Amino acid sequence: MTTDLINRLAKIVGPGFVSGEAEERYLYSMDPGTMPAAAPDAVVMPANTEEVQQVILLANELKVPIVPMGAGLVLSGLTRALRGGIIVDMKRMNHIIEVNPQSRYAVVEGGASQGMLKSYLKKHHPQLKHSMPDAPPIATMAGNVCIHGSGHLSVLGGSHSDMLTGMEVVLPSGEIIRTGSCSVSGEWFARSPLPDLSGLFVGWAGTTGIVTRLGIKLFPSYKHNDVLIFVAEDADLMPEIISRLTSTQVAEDMTPWMSPKPAWAKGFLHINIAYGAHTKKELIFKRNLLQASVREYIDQKIAGFLPLPPPQKGRFLEIPSPDLARFADLRKGGGFEYVGALMAIEHFPQAYRAGLAIAEKFNVSYSLGSRIIGAGHCMMFFFAYAFNRADAEDVKRASDALEATNEAALKIGGIPWKAEEPAQKQIIDKMDPNTFALMDRIRSVLDPNQIMNPGNWEK
Amino acid sequence: MKSIKFNPDLCVNCETIDCLMKCQYVTFSDIAEAREEKLKINDGKDSRVLHECLTCYSCQEYCPYDNNPFFLLVERQEEKGVLPAPKPIVEEQLRMMAPKGRITKQAVSGPVVDMCAFPMLTGCVRGKLFEGASTIVGTDIFCNIMWLHFAKNSTIRERVPQMIDNIMSFYLKDSDTNELVCFHDECYGTYTSVADAYGIEVPFKPIHQFDYYNQRLDILKDHIKPINAKIVYQRPCSNRLCPQTDQVLDEIFEKIGAERVPRKYDRENALCCGGVPRAHQRDELADELVEKNINDMLSVGATYCVFNCPFCMATLGQEVAEQGLMPILVSDLVQIALGE
Ligand SMILES: Cc1cc2nc3c(=O)[nH]c(=O)nc-3n(C[C@H](O)[C@H](O)[C@H](O)COP(=O)(O)OP(=O)(O)OC[C@H]3O[C@@H](n4cnc5c(N)ncnc54)[C@H](O)[C@@H]3O)c2cc1C
Ligand code: SF4
Ligand code: SF4
Repeated sequence: MTTDLINRLAKIVGPGFVSGEAEERYLYSMDPGTMPAAAPDAVVMPANTEEVQQVILLANELKVPIVPMGAGLVLSGLTRALRGGIIVDMKRMNHIIEVNPQSRYAVVEGGASQGMLKSYLKKHHPQLKHSMPDAPPIATMAGNVCIHGSGHLSVLGGSHSDMLTGMEVVLPSGEIIRTGSCSVSGEWFARSPLPDLSGLFVGWAGTTGIVTRLGIKLFPSYKHNDVLIFVAEDADLMPEIISRLTSTQVAEDMTPWMSPKPAWAKGFLHINIAYGAHTKKELIFKRNLLQASVREYIDQKIAGFLPLPPPQKGRFLEIPSPDLARFADLRKGGGFEYVGALMAIEHFPQAYRAGLAIAEKFNVSYSLGSRIIGAGHCMMFFFAYAFNRADAEDVKRASDALEATNEAALKIGGIPWKAEEPAQKQIIDKMDPNTFALMDRIRSVLDPNQIMNPGNWEK
Repeated sequence: MKSIKFNPDLCVNCETIDCLMKCQYVTFSDIAEAREEKLKINDGKDSRVLHECLTCYSCQEYCPYDNNPFFLLVERQEEKGVLPAPKPIVEEQLRMMAPKGRITKQAVSGPVVDMCAFPMLTGCVRGKLFEGASTIVGTDIFCNIMWLHFAKNSTIRERVPQMIDNIMSFYLKDSDTNELVCFHDECYGTYTSVADAYGIEVPFKPIHQFDYYNQRLDILKDHIKPINAKIVYQRPCSNRLCPQTDQVLDEIFEKIGAERVPRKYDRENALCCGGVPRAHQRDELADELVEKNINDMLSVGATYCVFNCPFCMATLGQEVAEQGLMPILVSDLVQIALGE
């Protein structure tokens, strides 16, 4: 059967872009997180939408699972082939199809990476940028939007799925459909005013179709950029501080961080606030607005902005930020995973304390932080644990800590983001049963043969 | 704890109250008001000066009797809990700059150049100017004078003797020299002015970088190629603790053919670079100081903006460069003149 599968896939994509070899199956069986390996039977790299369609039709015919994959950097094991089958690696579909500078959107293929779009814009449209996550630049736009990612413009524009303007998707049954304005006018400017079908494909962990194109919003790229770091000692003040800073509507990105390393930072709560402007005057005006919003705390001397001479700001302005990747290597051995939980801002102090308690209990290297989404509308609070992949005990410790964190996040009122398979079950347990029943009904309509990334979002 | 060396009678009889009357950042309606505020400070009472002070060090230089007005002011700020900067900002910096205990014995021989806590500056110690020099660096020998900006005399008292002890026992004791060339003006100020006023013993002989360059230039005079350029100079706060070195700088400039163009904010009238007010959360004042400094520099038409203090250069350097002046440290300018 596998040979037959490989041969038939080779007919679709060409023999150079399919493999059932042990090496590839091993490499594709895991991601850098803690989830156990699960190998596919085959890996395929389609070049265009039609090839994706044919692969899906073949999978339906053979009743073989399909797992869509971008860069496989989600960290929570969502691109593992839990029931075997075909991993569809989208990296060959990496074209930037269109940039509309006036209406500020880009249309890219389903395997186009963050780094590619960034450098394309820098070269061809230096006045525009998109919201980069801090993931390595090879991470794909589609993979990130599909998990409701967030990034360097998330205070300005919300989560990356909020920046989505439309999609082309190959459904599990093989039809090619479009969502958003492009389904009517051929232009990719918005998801409104139509019934919002894009929602059928984001947050589903690749269980509802393969995105072959997507439109995303672009934003002005500023000549002058700055970062402020606000420091406080009392976690209970954080929700109000965040609320005040975001009320200025000036920041592009706000990322609180609390880390025991470097040693000087331990016990303090920091917020990096990035903002930009076309002129220096405008930049100073924006800085003044941000500072004025929290002046009360400064005057009480209980919080303030870290003095950073211009040469020291460079590393905080790097996009993607190198800090998480650096942390990932803390224990050597390259293991790193975090629970990111979406939650309301007011839960910041609880989440912070829960993170500290869990790190202590499981004796794991930790880094806590969050990314503010929208004008303080919610946040992605992350609890990151580094571990040595070569040390089974260390992996187990991190994995236990992650499970406890998911539980704590749910208890606080948060929801684990891009949840790994066991955490999906924890979420489903808390979910309104009617909501889950609807999810199941939608899937049975879209995917009658249950071939799309099975094992995810299941009870 | 030794108290700051200071004589209240000198102030009572002082005719000018120069320490406050010349202050560029706190203003007084007349000398009577300045006197009243100064006497309040001396008597340990609250004074608005304690709250408005920019910690620019200048009153140390303005006082004609060397009566340590600035050191006393910092003492009073700490006693009264007047924090020039928010507590977490001070606390984090206290930790960042704390001795890390990573110091190890290292054989050094003269000239031994103290780079303070800043390893990135050690690259400046090169060429003929520093021939045969050893450098020492790290938070275990940090001069700790910065705490004057944060009402932390207690940290100075606690850490400076420890640093001095480290310098002696890890480096100088077994070396061929008892002299320490201070690359950073602040270190020199610590081991001379601060140590004297706070009653801290210094067993080695601190040498100011300018004195060192000046002597080296005499030795290397055949190598000097005058740079024949106009320069403006940004005088740092710590130089108020050793004003005599400003004349030495003039000699250096003359020897290397650099014309120190007079500008409004130089010498006794030097203006803060803007770095410290940012730590004090007074960014708008800092912006104003940067603008005044830059406009003043530009108005006199120079090629280089010469810095004594690396922190001033970090604060102003980018802005200076954007305006077409080349920011440079004194040592690098001297090295250009030496053909390096
Ligand atoms: C150091 C580090 C920092 C990170 N920082 C951030 C951050 O700041 N913000 C953030 O959002 N994330 C971050 N991440 C998490 C993750 O790497 C990113 O979200 C990344 O963009 C995921 O993209 P990917 O291409 O790797 O997706 P994958 O891991 O390949 O896929 C993610 C999910 O989407 C599905 N999928 C992928 N492509 C398609 C497609 N074409 N059609 C349908 N489904 C698809 C997959 O099946 C899977 O369920 C970080 C990760 C690391 C390692
Ligand atoms: S400190 Fe000096 S200048 Fe100030 S009042 Fe006393 S003696 Fe006069
Ligand atoms: S240190 Fe400077 S600002 Fe403070 S009182 Fe003295 S001269 Fe004025």
